Amino acid sequence: MTASDILPAQEYLIHFAQIHECFRQPEINALAKRHSLPLVWKSYSNASPFAIITLPSDTDARTIISDSILAKAIYRLLAHSSDYDSLHALLRSRPELIPETIRKATFKFTIESYLHKRSKSSQRSVINGFAHLPLTGTVTLDKPEVKFTVFEEFPGSPGIYRQDGPTNPISVGLGVFLSHGSRSTIDTYDLKKRLYIGTTSMDAELSLVTCNLAMAGPGKILYDPFSGTGSFLVTASHFGAMTLGSDIDGRQIRGKKPGKNVIGNFKQYGITSRYLDGFTADLTNTPLRSTRFLDGIVSDPPYGVREGLKVLGHKDPAKNGSGEPVVVDGVVKFKEPDYIPPKRPYSFNAMLDDICRFAAAHLVDAGRLCFWVPATNEDGIEMQLPKHPALELIAVCPQQFNNWSRWLLVYERIPGELDSMQVPEKQAVPQRATASELNNFRKKYFEGFNQKPTSPSTE
Amino acid sequence: MKILTTNYLACAVKTCKSEPAAFPLHFKDAELAREELELNPEFIKNVLPRIDWPALAQTAAELGFTTLPSQKPENLDEQTMKDLHTLLMETQVMEGKLVCGNCGYEYNIKEGIANFLLPNHLV
Ligand SMILES: [Zn+2]
Repeated sequence: MTASDILPAQEYLIHFAQIHECFRQPEINALAKRHSLPLVWKSYSNASPFAIITLPSDTDARTIISDSILAKAIYRLLAHSSDYDSLHALLRSRPELIPETIRKATFKFTIESYLHKRSKSSQRSVINGFAHLPLTGTVTLDKPEVKFTVFEEFPGSPGIYRQDGPTNPISVGLGVFLSHGSRSTIDTYDLKKRLYIGTTSMDAELSLVTCNLAMAGPGKILYDPFSGTGSFLVTASHFGAMTLGSDIDGRQIRGKKPGKNVIGNFKQYGITSRYLDGFTADLTNTPLRSTRFLDGIVSDPPYGVREGLKVLGHKDPAKNGSGEPVVVDGVVKFKEPDYIPPKRPYSFNAMLDDICRFAAAHLVDAGRLCFWVPATNEDGIEMQLPKHPALELIAVCPQQFNNWSRWLLVYERIPGELDSMQVPEKQAVPQRATASELNNFRKKYFEGFNQKPTSPSTE
Repeated sequence: MKILTTNYLACAVKTCKSEPAAFPLHFKDAELAREELELNPEFIKNVLPRIDWPALAQTAAELGFTTLPSQKPENLDEQTMKDLHTLLMETQVMEGKLVCGNCGYEYNIKEGIANFLLPNHLV
């Protein structure tokens, strides 16, 4: 039996940004899994920026947080309680809560209040309350060895910070700062500063979070089958993954002006060596052979909310798959240099099914599929989630807008070969139908909504 | 288009899917370029087990690279790692065609981007 088996696991406090709350726990869980860390949640609430976890060591705590987009910082938690009196009583009765190395260090105190604003003098009086701690180091405001942080959370409504008053906090804690998360990365990948973007490029923050949920990391291969201008490709490569993208519209990959293309973005961020390739293809007729070589698939498929979803083929089914090329005036049409194949409408559910089947056939064991699905608010939580016997649903993260929402679905490839699983037969798509009949979401979108959605990414 | 990518590409025509002759695709009129890229040993190590070696050897030979060992290397020493990086990542086909050995369909490569969209009669 080793020391770590006897000692209670060390508690750490994660200070989250109070945004995209439903994505926060799945993001940390994915980072724990990517780094093989035995994370345990002690307390978590979407209503609070403070969460408590246990991990074996400070090093592990720094590791888990280093790539987190939604965590501001992580602290070694020394003690926590419901109010200051009991917190101080606890610290007085158990001096061992302040480790020897921390006692001797130079230090300073700061305070993190949630839903409360303290004046300078009020902050000072809270900090002075900790004067009883057995600290022998000196106070240093400039680069102290130890940064003590007092956490306090007040009752109230999100976003409304009360001034000093008679209210008491609902929880308090004392921690030591270890390291920051990766929120500054959001600014680095800000679309406003990116050389090449499209009308549907996903914002940097959710694009980065999506790639964390896919466990993008060094040595891995990630693929986006609807890569567009490459938003997910650059953010996955930011975390160290090699990325591969394809799009039915090759002009999206190539760009219109020199330098303003997918490769140009990789150059801008200095991650060119992590761009594998981009090619023009349609997921329903993918050239990727059936072999499980992908560690992750990240995508925001074009469900055709605006354009109507298209895949290759003629809308008259009699003209598809005939094996005979179309010949006009003696010229074989598809051999003309500017040939653009006709496209047929394609249903929403058929696309979800295709994505799941593709993922099942191409992901390595425990590889992840992360993709976005739009929903009308009336679909709500009852929206039917795609299922596949080789894919386990790991997380469902909604993002709400005024009259619609979009959901990030996260699946993990269950180990094992497809032959040994009960994979249902592919349903035939009724071919004679209009795009709006086939695509329920799109139908509702155009028939039912008069308002424009509030900024879904950077439209 | 990197040589590594071609190891995962087969003919997109459905009836070719199960045909051994549809993989690997064969380069035609290939214009090669070499781009110096940072060596990523962790990636090379991870991707090696996922490479179809006979197909890679065939592709490499067709492009005139004949120094590839006939068997997948078991130990990745520094030189082998570098050689693989040069072939898989740094060697790229900028212009040309990828041809299916089964149906003969030719996929164009333009500015390093291959086009796998099929005409109607093959969908
Ligand atoms: Zn073929």
